[in-house]
Amino acid sequence: MEFRTDLMYTKTHEWIKDEGDFVTIGISDYAQDALGDLVFVNLPQEGDEVVMEEVFADVESVKAVSDIYSPVTGVVCEVNEELLDAPELINESAFDAWFIKVNEITDRADFMTAEEYEAFVAEEE
Amino acid sequence: MGTFVPNTKAQQQEMLREIGLGSSDELFADVPDQVRLKNGLDLPEGMSEMEVLRSMAEIAAKNRVFRSVFRGAGAYRHYVPATVNAVMSNETLQTAYTPYQAEISQGVLQSIFEYQTMICELTGMDVSNASVYDGGTAAAEAVALCRERKRNKALVSACVQPGVLDVIRTYCFGNNMELEVIPARDGVTDAQALQGMLDDTVACVLIQQPNYYGRLEDAQAIGEMAHAAKAKYIMSVNPISLGVLKTPAEYGADVAVGDGQPLGLPMAFGGPYLGFMASTDAMKRKLPGRIVGQTTDTKGRTGYVLTLQAREQHIRREKASSNICSNQALCALAVGVYLSTLGPEGLREAAVQCTSKAHYMAGELAKAGLTVEEGEFFHEFVTKADVPAARILDALQEKGILGGLPLDGDEGSRILWCCTEMNTKKDIDEVVAVIKEVLAC
Amino acid sequence: MLIFEKSREGRGCSILPPCDVEVYEAAPEFSRQKPLHLPQMAEVDIERHYTQLAAKAHGVNDGFYPLGSCTMKYNPRVNEQTASMSKFTHVHPLQPLDTLQGSLQVLQETEKALNAITGMSRFTFQPAAGAHGEFTGLLLIKAYHLANGDTQRTKIIVPDSAHGTNPASAVMAGMSVINTASDERGCVDVEKLRQICEGEEGKEIAGLMLTNPNTAGLFDPNILEITEIIHGCGGQVYYDGANLNAIMGVARPGDMGFDCVHLNLHKTFSTPHGGGGPGAGPVGCKEHLAKFLPGLVTEEKDGKLVFVKPEQSLGEMKNFYGNFLVVVKALTYIKMLGAEGIAAASENAVLNANYMMAKLRDKYDIAFDTKICMHEFVMDLSRLLKETGVSAMDIAKGLLDHGIHPPTMYFPLTVHEALMVEPTETESRETLDEAIQVLEGLYDLAFSDPEALHDAPHTTPVSRLDEVGAARHPVLRYAFE
Repeated sequence: MEFRTDLMYTKTHEWIKDEGDFVTIGISDYAQDALGDLVFVNLPQEGDEVVMEEVFADVESVKAVSDIYSPVTGVVCEVNEELLDAPELINESAFDAWFIKVNEITDRADFMTAEEYEAFVAEEE
Repeated sequence: MGTFVPNTKAQQQEMLREIGLGSSDELFADVPDQVRLKNGLDLPEGMSEMEVLRSMAEIAAKNRVFRSVFRGAGAYRHYVPATVNAVMSNETLQTAYTPYQAEISQGVLQSIFEYQTMICELTGMDVSNASVYDGGTAAAEAVALCRERKRNKALVSACVQPGVLDVIRTYCFGNNMELEVIPARDGVTDAQALQGMLDDTVACVLIQQPNYYGRLEDAQAIGEMAHAAKAKYIMSVNPISLGVLKTPAEYGADVAVGDGQPLGLPMAFGGPYLGFMASTDAMKRKLPGRIVGQTTDTKGRTGYVLTLQAREQHIRREKASSNICSNQALCALAVGVYLSTLGPEGLREAAVQCTSKAHYMAGELAKAGLTVEEGEFFHEFVTKADVPAARILDALQEKGILGGLPLDGDEGSRILWCCTEMNTKKDIDEVVAVIKEVLAC
Repeated sequence: MLIFEKSREGRGCSILPPCDVEVYEAAPEFSRQKPLHLPQMAEVDIERHYTQLAAKAHGVNDGFYPLGSCTMKYNPRVNEQTASMSKFTHVHPLQPLDTLQGSLQVLQETEKALNAITGMSRFTFQPAAGAHGEFTGLLLIKAYHLANGDTQRTKIIVPDSAHGTNPASAVMAGMSVINTASDERGCVDVEKLRQICEGEEGKEIAGLMLTNPNTAGLFDPNILEITEIIHGCGGQVYYDGANLNAIMGVARPGDMGFDCVHLNLHKTFSTPHGGGGPGAGPVGCKEHLAKFLPGLVTEEKDGKLVFVKPEQSLGEMKNFYGNFLVVVKALTYIKMLGAEGIAAASENAVLNANYMMAKLRDKYDIAFDTKICMHEFVMDLSRLLKETGVSAMDIAKGLLDHGIHPPTMYFPLTVHEALMVEPTETESRETLDEAIQVLEGLYDLAFSDPEALHDAPHTTPVSRLDEVGAARHPVLRYAFE
């Protein structure tokens, strides 16, 4: 299990990377492992508004659907459409398989560092 | 009484004893006394198989089967090849359940995969589901799947079969979608009126081709208008007509639906039929219902499974866009056998005969003195007369002929006629002769 | 091999006579340009193709089918014979009603019988399946509340053990779902229900959807209190008839306080499933809901049967009058069994389930520690999984090698490694004993050779299939060259 230290994490298992003008959002390695083989991702569209702690996407495995929550409030400025054709990229490398980039951020949740997140996950198990 | 319980009374007693119960009453110990039925069911006594057959035959005898049928309007009398009933009465295929256990359901799954392929071929669309209940529910489900967060309104043509429009209306009553009916003009959808109704809240536009009155719509133009307003375009089509008519895909439809009954199913007082539903690739994950996909087993052999299941109610529960959890599998099987038996040439021939006979009949009826409404049509058309429809239809009924459908009740004069490959020239000439007589007196 | 791969250019069957009128060609702007690929086959090849497909399927006639919650009872052949009478199959739905008196009588007689069995007043036959019936029932409840001006009643209570269609149907009816937890027996937690209904939310409750016996195969002993609580807050109670096969002739949903029900004719009334359909999901209701029923109902007038539209009908659920031929089959079955036979069917369904449960209890854990079940029971394989690594899925796949259709897997969701067994009344003790023996053997095999079960099935036309691959890169049709 990988916990990249250059990223921040949420309690709902998303990772966030602050890139100055925008943030990039994906799901953690722990999350992809728990979800199993992913077969599809429902993503928002460019220009959609996302709201902190509300669902912005979902991921499907063969027998389940799981919601993905936005860590920030803002506007989607880019979507990783590659995931639509190849959801397995998330299982292969959850950190490279980002979901969306968000700018015009007006609100953000409390994030955890990699270290805090690792401890949080250990406790949840 | 009749019974299908194999265990004898003695066996039943033994089994009760073995599980430590004194009487069968104890099996129902959890049922509170207040709700226990005290005097048994208020039903007649049971019968033997022979008696039941006789009883059902007596009931059936009260129906009248017409030797000659010129009525369509949503249920069509077509020839059903012998192969269809032979396959449909196969005991295994008839008594299997939904193919949840793929390893022992390859036969059912493969037949659905083949059905999906045939529906895609017929409609020209990219993806088909495994079928839904009927043409009406297929149209209603199609409207629901086009709904988007900011687009909550459906525009449906007044020239859609009234029963289908009613089902759409009921589904919209359920999910609180708005429904507006695009008016008719001269027997087809009023495109000008549609233009005025389109705005950025419209999720979809739905028309029927050929429409309820048999007429061919300017489906190209209507589709372009829908797409210009960023609405989805749904076409409800008659599958036999696709043997010769332009496909929904060629018209730019996003979703194609229709009733599969003409493809090998009897009219049967309205059911069971099946609804077919196909879409563009872009919309495949929004399709409701079962979908079968091809894959491989652990040894690399080709096999089939229910797939894209995350769309469905048993996983998505309250987030699913539809609750459907079955398909009309046996009817879909019939469609597969029907289309395989006719083949591409046979289907084309069936369609050509439908439209040719309808045009011959329309011409003869016009000569006899009825007014045939103008415009291009497929195998149904509307006539007007100076006499009430009832007079014409009663005269036909006396001769064992089911005439067209009266459109305005008994007093009105408009009749919706239908011809299929089943109507011979002789049958048509007979109708024309009867009508000449009615008009003469 | 797919039928398309067997197709040969130029083959075909001789079905239609030549056209006997002048051929009409539609104008080019209306004509199909796209090529049409359909199989080109000789009749012998068509018949063999489907015979081969049937050999790769499993129906009730192939062997024991204890699929929980699906009531896979034997489908009498006489049903097929009556449903194929040409006077039923060859009538047009829009014929004059005086030429359809037989069809109307089928609907009327079946309605009478279902009323007697369920304690309802009226039925509609329009719904085509159970899920379609649920949707219809909820629309009835919605129409009722709207007619009373209760526009705020938009919440429906659904127990967490319910079938997934319940919440999905609720959403189609424009309602939101309140999930309630079950108690330790898998029954409705009456206190929690009371809290919801007697609290602020009570005014917003449209009703409750309930299966009784529930999805754990238990009859809820508090049923009268439950329906009273819902009525107390102004809600309606909906009976999901999925499990009616347990209680016919013993108790009626109407007497338990339910306002409307849907039945699955293809389960309880022995019409075949056809590989997934067609079924029929008629909906019955009490008098106060009858005026909202969809479609047309039959009435007697001057010695004739006529169709009448209920005065405040909610609309149409489907074209015409429902899956009529399925209703013919159900009526045939009801006539044959009669009052006593129907009660005996339920009694034997429950007896068979209890017999299997009692015998299997030696090895398998029974969920909810049930002493007496209704027509089905749930085995919990969590302990087996922990001790051997063999899951409910593995045992299910192991059964396939013995010609037995597995029980329902992983349902209800409230039990983790669930196998839900419903033997039905049409299985003999010998069949049950054989299945018990096979299940016991598989249990032992889980300890002695778990790998064999992980790899099962071994004897079926294909082994376990790659569902992940199928969903990731869907191939949903045959691609022609």
